Amino acid sequence: MMTVYALAGVAVLLALAPIALAFAASARATDAVYGVALVTTSALCVIAMASLFERPAVVSTAVLPIGLPWLGAHFRIDALAAFFLVVVNLGGVAASLFALGYGRHEESPQRVLPFYPAYLAAMNLVVMADDAFSFLVAWEFMSLTSWALVIAHHRDAGNIRAGYIYLLMAGFGTFALLLAFGLLAGDNGNYAFDTIRAARPAGGLAALVLILTLIGAGSKAGVVPLHAWLPLAHPAAPSHVSALMSGVMTKVAVYGFVRVVFDLLGAPDWWWSMVVLAVGGVTAVMGVLYALMQHDLKRLLAYHTVENIGIIYIGLGLALAFKAHGMAVAAALALSAALFHVFNHSVFKSLLFFGAGAVLNATGERDMEHLGGLIHRMPQTAFVFLVGCAAISALPPLNGFVSEWLTFQAILLSPQLPSWGLKFLVPAVGALLALSAALAAACFVKAFGVSFLGRARTPQAANAQETDSNSLAAMYFLAALCLVAGVLPGIFIDALAPVTHALVGTSMPHQSGLDWLTVVPIAQSRSSYNGLLVFLFVTLSGSIAAFAIHRLASDRLRRGPAWDCGYPDPSPATQYTASSFAQPIRRVYGTTVFRAREIGEMPPPGSTAPARLTVVLHDLIWDAGYAPIATFIGYAADRLNVLQFLTIRRYLTLVFAALVLLLLVLAIWQ
Amino acid sequence: MIRDLALQGAQMLFVLGLAPLLTGFVRKVKARLLRRRGPPLLQPYRDLARLLRKEVVLADGASWLFRVIPYIVFAGTWVAASLVPTFGSGLLFSWSADLIAIIALLGSARFFLALAGLDVGTAFGGIGSSREVMIASLAEPAMLMIVFTLALIAGSTQLSTMAAYMVSATVGLRVSLGLALLALIMVAIAENARIPVDNPATHLELTMVHEAMVLEYSGRHLALIDLSSELKLLLYVSVIACLFVPWGIVPPGADAQAIAVGLACYLGKLAAGGVLLAVFETSIAKMRVFRVPAFLGAALMLGLLATLLLFVSGSL
Repeated sequence: MMTVYALAGVAVLLALAPIALAFAASARATDAVYGVALVTTSALCVIAMASLFERPAVVSTAVLPIGLPWLGAHFRIDALAAFFLVVVNLGGVAASLFALGYGRHEESPQRVLPFYPAYLAAMNLVVMADDAFSFLVAWEFMSLTSWALVIAHHRDAGNIRAGYIYLLMAGFGTFALLLAFGLLAGDNGNYAFDTIRAARPAGGLAALVLILTLIGAGSKAGVVPLHAWLPLAHPAAPSHVSALMSGVMTKVAVYGFVRVVFDLLGAPDWWWSMVVLAVGGVTAVMGVLYALMQHDLKRLLAYHTVENIGIIYIGLGLALAFKAHGMAVAAALALSAALFHVFNHSVFKSLLFFGAGAVLNATGERDMEHLGGLIHRMPQTAFVFLVGCAAISALPPLNGFVSEWLTFQAILLSPQLPSWGLKFLVPAVGALLALSAALAAACFVKAFGVSFLGRARTPQAANAQETDSNSLAAMYFLAALCLVAGVLPGIFIDALAPVTHALVGTSMPHQSGLDWLTVVPIAQSRSSYNGLLVFLFVTLSGSIAAFAIHRLASDRLRRGPAWDCGYPDPSPATQYTASSFAQPIRRVYGTTVFRAREIGEMPPPGSTAPARLTVVLHDLIWDAGYAPIATFIGYAADRLNVLQFLTIRRYLTLVFAALVLLLLVLAIWQ
Repeated sequence: MIRDLALQGAQMLFVLGLAPLLTGFVRKVKARLLRRRGPPLLQPYRDLARLLRKEVVLADGASWLFRVIPYIVFAGTWVAASLVPTFGSGLLFSWSADLIAIIALLGSARFFLALAGLDVGTAFGGIGSSREVMIASLAEPAMLMIVFTLALIAGSTQLSTMAAYMVSATVGLRVSLGLALLALIMVAIAENARIPVDNPATHLELTMVHEAMVLEYSGRHLALIDLSSELKLLLYVSVIACLFVPWGIVPPGADAQAIAVGLACYLGKLAAGGVLLAVFETSIAKMRVFRVPAFLGAALMLGLLATLLLFVSGSL
């Protein structure tokens, strides 16, 4: 029944799209579309939560007579789908609320409004789909609607290129998934997930499916080296859509991976986890290193999505390793960590993109080098953005820390794994995870410090206005969620229990009943964490210190010019910039990873020309992976161009030759 | 319960009261090693009292965040320090945060302090922040690898459980423990901004990191930040003491005499740690900033090696 209700909600969203197309020019269309989307996603969110929290867990299905005639369209909400529906629709609620304010500033609403509800509907459909055909159609629909949103501002420099690369990569990813499902369906072409689940492919075939899914779903999620489109496309879209793409759509991709690998494929081989772990570790560190080199606020956030996807894949890889070796409790811990991080990342990444959107609206700038001092002009946005920064940097007592802490706990269980390969890989991946966590904190000091603190670098930043109340409400809502999930993680972990139960056979110990709402992954003697107490302790001791000092010592305050060791300079250009802030880190890591070079040009003595410092960075993955392919395709296209200008005789000869060749192949094959 | 609560409260006040003394002691020993008389042992307390009485001179461009950060930094560091077993294990709230969470609490304090460096918009603050996060980006993973090593040996990330395990005879001498100790000392030096990574006693020098970050602070704000640094030094010495020299630590529920002995042991360990730090700092020159990554990279590799050894064999 739940599935039918959810499908009705999706139908409302789908119907909203053509209506929005018809009325996009009208002044109130923006409010109407986002309002309806807000109500519908709220309803969908409630439905999903009801399915997730229902005990005992229920599975509801529905079949619609559309799609392939002999198959129909199957939909199903089980615990896994319900969890991801919560993530999708919570993101949808927040984005719609934000857009009620933010969307009013849209220059060309007719390019955004029709696609927005369709995009939300598509993401819901992917999660609910229960046969390969519906899944792929919904997946592709999701890609296309988001592509349309990416090129909504098509006149801005670079957006068309971003859309083009996104479309190519999305097509490539779907192609890989198509092959994966083709292999899963087997000779009989059973596309329903139930039949696939029963068939259980084995051996080399299953391994091939894993690799294809890793490529297909991974390219959408932004796994290195398939991430190239992500930092171009996500920032190009309007900010509430960026939030959905980064916070939610990458999670739908993770869903695709989990559905195929944990659910449809059956028992894993141990070496699969090696692949996933290695990919996750590299993705986490590369993502954050790329992010540190950026000075475009939205692009920095997009690269951070790559990092967090890496963290999620590390959790998934550990879960696979434990599952393959029959360590169900540890697998449940690792999977819970990964899925909790899915939720957490969707919350704080949406929050951060909203903040970037608010800044963009207020100043017209995405480049951090042109911002600064916004905390004075936009104090509320600054506060919620700071909460998001602290959460994504995994600082206690917020939510990002809890999921990373759980991942660390899962790593600490892995010496019991018998495979030698894993014994060497897991500690290395642990080090990569620790490195990426520390670098993320550095990156967000930079992001917040350069954009919001210091002195305004441009008049636009100096005259920014606080954003509207709807946008603020959306951001406060997500910031509150960051805190709640951080101090009361037990509730969220318990909600994940049916999901892990379905996928790895058991779940983490029940958390809600424990004293003081502590989180205990395995046993009290092993490790425990209490976000609530840490939060209370820090707040209490901070307040006591403030109270005691103001009461007993001194509360006098005088404003004066900055000290700066006696050499304060009134020009805001003398502040640290984003690139100068990242310079030490660029020098430590960038010289190898990006072959970073600094070229200083000093004018000759007596000349009044300014000295210049140029930083050269190479994206080695692009140079080594994408550029040669693009060159080759360009070369081949040039050579094959002659085929477009043949006479009819030659075309007929070509067709005939192709026919003979195919028949020959068939004859030899038989 | 009441007794435990009182003990926890006493521990919080104890570390708070003791932290400046340790810093004063290290300064005194360093001065004596240089054949100077040095400031009196209680000088850090006098400095704090003086700063607390003075008014705050706030830079014109400073935001509300700048005024809140000293309290955040102090609270985070104080909570972290009060969760580390000092003279006795079995603290009431020790289960609320394990060693990973304690490291993360210190990380939070540093995150906000680095933001404070950027708030006024001066060149010195920026240079301090950017170098601090660069150092932290290596020190934190190194610290986590050390935690991994210890957790794999003790089978727990809880500091109390780890300390109890380290006292027991089953530990023995291990290669991985040696590597972890070396790495931990290197990280502790970097985290506390000591020579050769940073120099706590300089101003007006381009090599300073921590002091550059807090340059704009004055009055009670500066007092809190100084006290936080002193707490952090005490915390690291306590962590090293309770993990690698765990003898004499009082088990939960001991009588007053045992507590007195434990206290004496703890003070002895702190003094030994302080003397060693002073001797080390006096006998070595400060490094250039871009040599620091090599120093901390070595700590990270030592930590990783120790963890790897334990993954390969539980007895190494």
